[in-house]
Formats: sequence, C-alpha cells, structure tokens
Amino acid sequence: MDTFTASLDAALALLLHADAHLYGIVSLSLRVSCLAVLLAALFALPLGALLAVAQFPGRRTLTVLVNGFMGLPAVVVGLIVYLSLSRAGPLGELGLLFTPSAMSLAQAVLVAPLLAALTRQIVEDAWFEYADQLHSLGVSPRQAALTLLWDTRWSLSTVLLAGFGRAISEVGAVMIVGGNIDGVTRVMTTAIALETSKGDLPLAMGLGIILVALVLLLNALAQAIRSWAARSAQ
Amino acid sequence: MTAMKTAMFPLQLSGIGFAPSGTTILQDINLTIAEGSCTVILGPNGAGKSVLMRIMHGLLAPGSGRVEWGSLEERPLSQAMLFQRPVMLRRSVLSNVAYGLHVQGIPIPEAKRRALAALESVGLQHLADRPARVLSGGEQQRVALARAAALQPRILFLDEPTASLDPGAARAIESGIAALHAAGITIVMVTHHLGQARRLARDIVFLAAGRIQECTPAHDFFRQPQSQAAADFLKEELP
Amino acid sequence: MNLIRRLLCVALLASVLPAQAADNFITVASTTSTEQSGLFGFLLPIFKKETGIEVRVVALGTGQALDMARRGDADVVFVHDQAAEEKFLAEGYGVKRYEVMYNDFILIGPKEDPAKVAGGKDITAALKKIEESKSAFVSRGDRSGTHAAELRLWKLAGIDLDKVKGPWYKDTGSGMGPALNSAAAMNAYILADRGTWLSFKNRQNLAIVVEGDKRLFNQYGVMLVNPAKHPHVKKEAGQKFVDWVISPAGQRAIAAYKIGDDQLFFPNAHK
Repeated sequence: MDTFTASLDAALALLLHADAHLYGIVSLSLRVSCLAVLLAALFALPLGALLAVAQFPGRRTLTVLVNGFMGLPAVVVGLIVYLSLSRAGPLGELGLLFTPSAMSLAQAVLVAPLLAALTRQIVEDAWFEYADQLHSLGVSPRQAALTLLWDTRWSLSTVLLAGFGRAISEVGAVMIVGGNIDGVTRVMTTAIALETSKGDLPLAMGLGIILVALVLLLNALAQAIRSWAARSAQ
Repeated sequence: MTAMKTAMFPLQLSGIGFAPSGTTILQDINLTIAEGSCTVILGPNGAGKSVLMRIMHGLLAPGSGRVEWGSLEERPLSQAMLFQRPVMLRRSVLSNVAYGLHVQGIPIPEAKRRALAALESVGLQHLADRPARVLSGGEQQRVALARAAALQPRILFLDEPTASLDPGAARAIESGIAALHAAGITIVMVTHHLGQARRLARDIVFLAAGRIQECTPAHDFFRQPQSQAAADFLKEELP
Repeated sequence: MNLIRRLLCVALLASVLPAQAADNFITVASTTSTEQSGLFGFLLPIFKKETGIEVRVVALGTGQALDMARRGDADVVFVHDQAAEEKFLAEGYGVKRYEVMYNDFILIGPKEDPAKVAGGKDITAALKKIEESKSAFVSRGDRSGTHAAELRLWKLAGIDLDKVKGPWYKDTGSGMGPALNSAAAMNAYILADRGTWLSFKNRQNLAIVVEGDKRLFNQYGVMLVNPAKHPHVKKEAGQKFVDWVISPAGQRAIAAYKIGDDQLFFPNAHK
C-alpha cells in the first residue's frame, strides 16, 4: 500500500518541482503523438470513408484487414518500422531512426487501422441516412466520402482522441524506433519503462499518474471545445 | 439547348420488373411521362410506389425492362428528388442548398447566389445562416425543396414529401410544388394524401401489388376510377 | 469562426513539427548497465562540454547493441562481452577494440539464503550449491553481456544447464533492471553487474551474497563502427569519443563517478 502513497508523493513532487527535463519529456510525448495522429488521419480518414461509401473489388477484404490490424501489437509495428528505417533497411538513407519523426511514424502506423476502422463504421452509419439524397444529387463516391467526413466531424473527433490515446500510451514501438535516448527520444512511456527497470517504482508510477492525468485533461478539453463548437454549428 | 429540351422527354418505362432476392415488388410496368405533366402515383401501402419512383430517378436499377429518357443515351442530370424525410447536411441552410449546385461543378460564389435565390422562393432567406439541422421538419423540407429547385431540374420526383409534416407546413410545400409545376417543371409525386393528389395531379397512376392498375387523368380518376382496386382504395380512403 | 479554426490549425501544426536537432551528434549503442547505472548521464555532459559533440545513447543488451551496429544504426559501440566483441571485429564491423574500464559482477540473493552461499568468494561453488538445492535463479536470457558471463560461469562450474534446467531456473529474457525486479519479486538468486545493482532501488529482500571472485571481472570495450561497412558512420566525431574515453581525461571522469561512496567503474584503458 505504501508504494501507492509513495507514487502519489512522487507524482506531486514531479509536478511541484517540474523542471525543464520533465517538461521536455511531456512536450515531446505530446508532439510525437499529435503528429502521429495527424499523419495517420490524413491517410486513414479518407480510407475509412471510402470503405464505407465506395463499391470496388476487394472492399470486403480490405475492411477485414483494417479491422484486424486494429489489434496490431505495438512491438511488431515497432520492429517493422525499425527494420525499414534502419541503415540496412529500405528507408535507411533518410537517417530517421532514433528520431522523434521515426516515433511519430511508428505510432501513425499503429493507430491508422484504428482510425480507419472507426471512421468506416461512423461514416457507414451516416451513409445509411444520406445515400439516397446524395445519389439523387449525383454525388461521386469521392465527393460523398468528403461530405460524410465533414458531416460526421464531431463523432470523428472522438475517433481522433481514441487514436491519440492509443498513440501516447504505447511504449513498445517508440522504445524500438526511438531508442529511449535521453533528451532526444525519451517520452513519458519510455521514461516509465526506464524507471521501472531501475527499480524506482514510485517514480515510475508518478510519471504514470502524470501521463494519465494529461490524457484525461486533453480529453476534457477536447470535449469542451467540441460541445462549444457543436452548439454554435450543429 | 432547345434540341436537348426536346430530347429528354418523354420518360418512357417499358417492361419494368423488380424482384430483389425473389420477392416480386414490381412487374410489367409500362409508363410514359410527358414533359410538363404532373403525375401522382397512388396505391395502398406496399404497392411498390417508392420503388417505382426510385427506379425512374435512377437510384435503383430495375431487375428487367428499360428506363428511357427521350432520345438520350444516359440518365440526364437535370432532375431532382424530394424525400419523405429531408436529409440536412451538418452545415448552414445556405450551404445545404448550394451543396447540390457545387457538386455539379458550379463555383461556390455562383452556387451561393443561386441558392439564396432558391431560398427566397420558398421564403426562407432569413434562415440562410442557421445550422440546417436545428430547423423544424417543415422548414427542413422547404430547404430541401429549395435545394431541388436550385438545381433547375426539368423533372422533380417527390416521395410523400408532406407525410411527416403538420398541415400548415404541408400547405407551404404544396404551394411550392405547384409553383414549380407552373414554371414548367415536370412533376412525379407519390402521396397518401388524396386531397393533395386532387389539388395537384393532372394524371393518376394507380399501383397495386406491383402492377399498374390504371393510368387515368386525375379528373376522371376521382370521379370514376376504371379499376376495381382503385375504386376499393378510394372508398376506404375517403370518408 | 473560420479564422479561429485556421489559426488553431496553424498553431497545432507549428507545435507538432519536431524541433530540428543539432546535427553534431553521434549515436552510441551501449548496454543497459552503463545507461541505467547513471554513468552516461555523468560522463556525456563532460564530453559535450569539451568537444561540442552530443552523444545519443541507445541502451540495449550487448548482443542487441552489436546487432544494431551491424545494421549500421550506430557510430560507436560501448559494450561488455569480449568474445562477442571480437567476433564483431572479425566480421569487419568494427575498426579496433579498446578496453575502457571494468566493473564486476556480483551474485545477488535473498537474505534467507536457501542455498547457503552467502559470504563466499567462489562463484562456481555458489552456482553449484544453487543448482543442487534447486533454489530459484533468475537469468537475463537476452544475449546481453551479463547473460553471456552467466552462461560462462555455469560452464566453469561444470554444470550443463540444458540438462539441469527446471522450474527453478527462470529465463526472463529481459534487461538487467526488469530481471532484478523479477528476482526481487520471486526471492531468487541473480547475477548482476555492480553498477546497476548500486543504482537499483527496488531491492526488497535481496542482498549481495557472493562478490570478489576474479572470474566475476567485467571488462568494457569501445569500438568505432567500421566506415568501410557503413559509409555514413560519423567517423571523426565517433573516433573523438573513442579517443576521449580512453584518454586520461575520460578515464578520470569514469573514476569520478560514484553512487554514495561506491565507485562503480574502474578505468583500465591501455593504448
């Protein structure tokens, strides 16, 4: 029990004496995961919407694949991205390994299936309501996908938050492609893993508490913005 | 332009059948819609009215038979449809009306200008900037009518456009339809409302059990239907 | 409304784009023991101050660290498994191996000491007793330098692990810290490097039971990754780092790193 008290103490102490180092780790976590969700969304939202509205050969197979990849283990994604970015790998020339960009890329690969699958579900539900009207207006599948993405934007913002939650909380992939380099690629989760392996469990838990609090805070913020915007724009 | 005008009509349905997964919904439908006509499709529930209209409009492909537009090879774009429940996009009233124009490649400023004019014609210009989804059902249907009218269609399909509206809102829609017809737009409508059919229709197509039972000028239909099914239907529907 | 939205987007993008890091850095593949003991945290700022070169350390097991360098993802390796390092050199991946420093391995065990090995100096005798009493033993099992040393010691003790392995021998496949956490949770014996042990905080019921055997000597070596194999290796900066850690200045810095009163690493570079 006293480990938990010690963890809360550690979390408080971390916050009270928030130094540049902790700030750097927290802000890197946020930046890496924001970029990851942005990257993933650019690809996954249109894909999800097209899977919902367009008819093309292989659509079902692709849907099954996308749904299945939601369960992709982070470590496997990390390995794939690592081997691609490694100097000996196909993208080695870019020299991206052990950089924040590589971590964003890995997280993007990790959350893209989640975003695409949830987007497909949401857009498909909306499509059910809109299909006749949009067909009647002579809308192409591409236009329909864009229209539905815009019309389901409030639901989709929840999807993005879910993606962000998965991205910022995963450790396996960023550990492998980032290398947990102090001051360069150390984020909240890899710092937690490091402190755990150093046996400093209260400090690890303290960092964990901060991470959870941060994610909660962001969600609350997003919720507030969303309801404000939804009120003013329906 | 004049050449095209003559080319689109008449709309001719020949030998249309529709039987998805074995259940016959429509069979042996032959029908001609002439330019400038106002045809109301009547019939009991489950007669296949909505399906027939969707096939005419091109939302559904018929199982058999042909839909031909005059001498055109393809389905013409200058047509629109109004549904029982208007589908409002999550954007402003004006954007909803302009949307259909923009989709057809009209640049946004021009689309907005024409949308505003269409809104004026249904008396809703003062709501142009409101989010469409907060309007009442009647207002939404008027926006949908404006959206359809803005496309300047040559033919307008309406599938029970006033079925879920209160009498006041229904009247507003009805006069909108009448105005469009007066402006030369061909009207094809499904309704359950016999009074409305009487007020608007020039021709009645009576459909029962997936077949056209009769196709009669409205005036004659309400006085003396030719088929027994239509006679029974009128007896039941009228007090 | 639209303007606000646009501003928000721009702000988001700007905050998200990764800050461009300095180009003057090298990547060192090293072991968890050097990183987690805090040595690099102490050493690297001194090096950076003297040379302006930033050192980015990726801490892995020795085996993984060497593999990472084989793929060309590091400029320098700093590890502790002489046999594996020499193999790496022989394959042409390294330029030259320099010995840098040593520390020692220690046998950690529960204070109740079920195998009755505490206080001894003879590591092979202790391992024999652990095997005989089938006392719980946690192994790294991750091809790290410490794992390699452990396997060597079992062999020296005349024990064929493949034959005697049982539920008492717990192959965890994890780094030094996680393995120590497991040992603490299971009250098991474990071979650890002294540096990690000294900085390890979750000891619970564990203590040092055997230390001081010459065979527990743990030598660290440093090598520049061969630019002939991987042309992008930053050979000037990398060589500067190698030269510095074996220089008198670097050696003094290594000797100066202490946790409490304990010196963790003993410099022994000889050119």
